[in-house]
Amino acid sequence: MVKRERKLGRGVAVVGVGMSKFGVLPGWGCREMYVEALKDLQKSVDKGFDLKDIEANYVGCCGAWNWETQAGIGKWCTDWAGLNPIPSTTIDNACASASVAVRNGILAIASGLYDVVLTGGVEKMTTLPTEGTTLVLATGADATWECYAGYTFPGLYATMATAHMNQYGTTPEDLMAVGIKNHHNGALNPRAQMPNTIKQIMEQRMAKAKEKGQKVPQWVTEMDFMHDDQYNPMVAWPLRLFDCCPITDGASVVLLVAEDIARNFTDKPLYIIGTGQASGPALHTRDTLTSIPASQIAAKQAYDMAHVTPKDIKIAEVHDCFTIAEIMAISDLGFFKPGKEAAKAAAEGKTALNGVKPINTSGGLKCKGHPVGASGAAMVGEVFHQMRGDAGPRQVKMDVNLAMTHNVGAHGTDVVVQIYERR
Amino acid sequence: MNEPFTADSFDKFCGEKKLMASRCKKCGALSLPPRPLCLKCHSTDIEWQPLKGKGKIVAFTVIGVGPSTMIKEGFDREHPYCSGIIEMEEGPRMATQIMGVDVKNPQNIKVGTPVTADFVERGSFSLVPEVANVRKSYLVFRAL
Repeated sequence: MVKRERKLGRGVAVVGVGMSKFGVLPGWGCREMYVEALKDLQKSVDKGFDLKDIEANYVGCCGAWNWETQAGIGKWCTDWAGLNPIPSTTIDNACASASVAVRNGILAIASGLYDVVLTGGVEKMTTLPTEGTTLVLATGADATWECYAGYTFPGLYATMATAHMNQYGTTPEDLMAVGIKNHHNGALNPRAQMPNTIKQIMEQRMAKAKEKGQKVPQWVTEMDFMHDDQYNPMVAWPLRLFDCCPITDGASVVLLVAEDIARNFTDKPLYIIGTGQASGPALHTRDTLTSIPASQIAAKQAYDMAHVTPKDIKIAEVHDCFTIAEIMAISDLGFFKPGKEAAKAAAEGKTALNGVKPINTSGGLKCKGHPVGASGAAMVGEVFHQMRGDAGPRQVKMDVNLAMTHNVGAHGTDVVVQIYERR
Repeated sequence: MNEPFTADSFDKFCGEKKLMASRCKKCGALSLPPRPLCLKCHSTDIEWQPLKGKGKIVAFTVIGVGPSTMIKEGFDREHPYCSGIIEMEEGPRMATQIMGVDVKNPQNIKVGTPVTADFVERGSFSLVPEVANVRKSYLVFRAL
């Protein structure tokens, strides 16, 4: 194979982002949530724009067939957004669907074909009973050969966690510290599905127990709550409820334009200077269970294209569908050494809002919510606000000129890594 | 053995209590689950190869909230089950249910525990009841 430098055919910029509410949204279907996200995006484009300028739409979604009994949902999002007859492409790469949609939009503009492209994703997840949703989520993995083992989606990440514990001595408390940190960030994000610190959740639970005349739990620290089998039950050893992201309805969109017209939309565009994507097999076909090889490969592609190193990245939104996923991500992306350093990063405050490398300033998937096919676009939304300095109470106290998004499909079968620059 | 290198063929062998992998005739690489194309050398000259069914636990979890297939078999929070990755003596790995381990105390389950193959019957993985009710033989492993 010919080795050559990979670069985009021309520059591409993010000029607007939007999201619908994230949460349990009875009565709201994919297409309607998509329009909500688009309305929100319109408000984010500083100089405004006309929907008629959009030339193509890429929509990520992984489960509408199961959760909404609808194939090709992107088409109906395009229709409801009033965008017919532009080309509409529905993309399913499990939980990385929206990032793959964004990346396809980038490639379409870089090719010279289009100048203005809408990208994003949507997921409606709360229509089925728990056992149905458990089954649908598990199909993000290999339905033939992993679900064979009785695997659930948390179970697959839990398996990587036991491998990590066995190899590096990682503890359940290391995992809990990631959740506590992301809840701290999420509490500062009014658009998070779970906008509460663990401490606030403890106070709510205590008040509720008192109100019902039940035994009031006597927790002192957040770790006490995290160890409580009743309030934080085991889902798949060693992952408890608060190691897992919630089930979420929601949509999120990103407006991409060619670099040479970006300033027609805003004076503060973000330029995409690195993009990478890689695929990986089922857990049993991998050489390692303590990292996600596709993350490392996608990250290297993005770093090489951007000519920057992990040290240069100021903040990152990484894939934390489960706490162990964030620990693996921050080492796979080169921010921390694999093993103990990555496992202890949250507990030691290194990844906190005021840490050396703030990770998941939005609260991550854990608190912001994880509408699986939409999450990648919402990650872009968070770095957009942080890089422009308008992230409100969770704004990091540093000049964020370079940021990264890292979105994993399933348990590492699809990974997209992107690097954004504010010039 | 002229069976195609498919999941269906693997299931049928399981029904005969045989653990069958595929083997590349060109480079000798074994694959479990069986595949029609060698991941090592991309050859499609493949044959069936019986495995001894001996292995060890590489990683695992204990699941209390399972998919409908497992709920139907009686598994729930009070009756959790262990799933994991098994490495065969011959090299390949596979994801299966692991029986005979202390699911009530998962912290006591050890990576490296030797296991041996066994076969159980249960329903299929599907949201569609008619499909989910089709029973077939599954490979599982039991701790020794």
